[in-house]
Amino acid sequence: MSMQESKYQVSQKGYYGKFGGAYIPEMLYPNVEELRENYLQIINEPSFQAQFRSLLKDYVGRPTPLYFATRLSEKFGAKIYLKREDLCHTGAHKVNNTVGQILLARALGKKKIIAETGAGQHGVATATVCALMGMDCVVYMGEIDMARQKPNVERMKILGAQVIPATSGSKTLKDATNEAMRHWINNPADTHYIIGSVVGPHPYPDMVARFQSVISEEIKAQLLEKEQKTDPDFIFACVGGGSNAAGAYYHYLDKEDVKLIAVEASGLGNESGKSAATTALGKEGVLHGSRTLLMQTSDGQVVEPYSISAGLDYPGIGPFHANLFDSGRARFVGITDEEAMNAGLLLSRLEGIIPAVESAHAFAALSKVDLGKDKIVVVNLSGRGDKDLETYIKWGKY
Amino acid sequence: MNRIDQAFESDKKDILNVYFTAGYPELDDTVRIARALESAGADMIEIGIPFSDPVADGPTIQESSTKALKNGMNLKLLMKQLEELREQVTIPVLLMGYINPILQYGFEAFCKDCERVGVDGLILPDMPLYEYEELYQEVLEQHGLYNIFLISPQTLEDRIRKIDELSNGFVYMVSSSSITGAKGDISAEQVNYFNRVNSMGLKNKRLIGFGISNRETFVEASKYADGAIIGSAFIKLLSENASDNNIKKFIQEIKGVS
Ligand SMILES: Cc1ncc(COP(=O)(O)O)c(C=O)c1O
Repeated sequence: MSMQESKYQVSQKGYYGKFGGAYIPEMLYPNVEELRENYLQIINEPSFQAQFRSLLKDYVGRPTPLYFATRLSEKFGAKIYLKREDLCHTGAHKVNNTVGQILLARALGKKKIIAETGAGQHGVATATVCALMGMDCVVYMGEIDMARQKPNVERMKILGAQVIPATSGSKTLKDATNEAMRHWINNPADTHYIIGSVVGPHPYPDMVARFQSVISEEIKAQLLEKEQKTDPDFIFACVGGGSNAAGAYYHYLDKEDVKLIAVEASGLGNESGKSAATTALGKEGVLHGSRTLLMQTSDGQVVEPYSISAGLDYPGIGPFHANLFDSGRARFVGITDEEAMNAGLLLSRLEGIIPAVESAHAFAALSKVDLGKDKIVVVNLSGRGDKDLETYIKWGKY
Repeated sequence: MNRIDQAFESDKKDILNVYFTAGYPELDDTVRIARALESAGADMIEIGIPFSDPVADGPTIQESSTKALKNGMNLKLLMKQLEELREQVTIPVLLMGYINPILQYGFEAFCKDCERVGVDGLILPDMPLYEYEELYQEVLEQHGLYNIFLISPQTLEDRIRKIDELSNGFVYMVSSSSITGAKGDISAEQVNYFNRVNSMGLKNKRLIGFGISNRETFVEASKYADGAIIGSAFIKLLSENASDNNIKKFIQEIKGVS
């Protein structure tokens, strides 16, 4: 697809409506500009596409199934399909992006990879493809997150990555992202930074969305087979930075009949001071290189968010989603910790699938939206719950 | 005439520009430190607006920002503190800050207040050129503020020319590919970069910053520019002892005054 056939796609200048851009210090400009100049050409090369598709198929395990959830459908009186990103290698959609970006890094002649991670899912997905390609891997992770997500820290180390604690600021995902950017400033020549969501300066949001767009490409083909039409009535997806949602929405952006439901984490409630619901609580601002919606104080200091799911615990959303919110194209729904955990347990009991706590937020939103009878609903099941066992155990109530 | 131009036009050689973070080490230190710097012999001052996520800064400046925010510093308060600035300080003063707090303050209100309190210029490290031209340049100019862009060793010639065209007062030559606070001597590669930029015939003066930490690096850098900028090393000093006397000793040593 060429740039900006759609008002929901990125413009030539790197904007989604009024959101996006590349607000970066000059020391990062050459790196980001090199990417911007080359990414479309590289991604569109047949040899790149052949490698990318082959790895998605044989290494990641794509296409992931589109599963008709019988008992869940009965409960909600709709035809509910689950897009099974939880069955991807490494347990979440994140790997679609890391496979794409590492091939791109190689095409650019880069030798080393850096990444940030919150829950550790993106870190694991990055460490995995670095092992696959024999490339050096450094992952920044907030010191607090390292303690919360020990198993993923060890997974990354087993895969050969170096995990560096981010000790500045609030010591969580946003600070790990700052540290990765600083590392990139200090190592401009041979290093590629694999950002884990549709955030960061242009062209990252567009690039990551393109790699994740395989999700909606598959949904279209799979629905056609199962329902004799490509378009569902609703697509539900959780939004941390927004990469799984961007992938699930991508090929439906201009089909206004397909209702897009974006689910953000309300933590202990939006009035509690412990929430990560960016559209509810945020204002326009600039963080990590893009103009977007951002949780911040009246003085413009970035607020540390809270959610039970580390993957949704980010103070902003990508500019792609800020524009979907601003234009009304997507409807944003907030889900509390409690609602998400209950939905995770419900899915476990009704379908025998323990979802990642992030993905559980998307399921919880099913009861917040008037679906109407027999409508076709796709829920993007972005990841599996293995990494969250401890969270489920702590929560109890099962 | 903008004070920045005056500073360069006086027959001073080797301009010493010193960075410190507003509200650090104590909330009310901002104007006191500016005054101490002037009386110690600094030629220009950059006051940093603290931000929670300063991606271009190393640990020293980050920590000073964190402390300043903890002290209760914010942009409204800074503007209030700066109302006394021009009763006490005559040398050029720049504000350096990431764009988000300024956007929340309101860009136009910010420029207006800068003019009112006597700020001469701005350094906004994450301001893109395109947005600057489209949205902000006119406002800055209306309020008589100079805008200083950064260049790095990786910045290509065409872009340096563009940056020179959009900057006033001086261009900020980042000494190496790094965040603030990097250390070390000036390498042959850096000398090549300084010489390359110097031979371009830019309209603006040039100051070298990042990694300038003492008399030796200041003198060395000044050979290749109109002066240099000291940041992290000064913040380190403030973290140990921020007295007027200590500031004086530090500045005089760098300037080679005894
Ligand atoms: C399973 C899962 N879903 C969703 C997310 C949120 O990221 P994004 O909004 O980019 O999809 C994460 C992030 O770690 C995740 O692990």
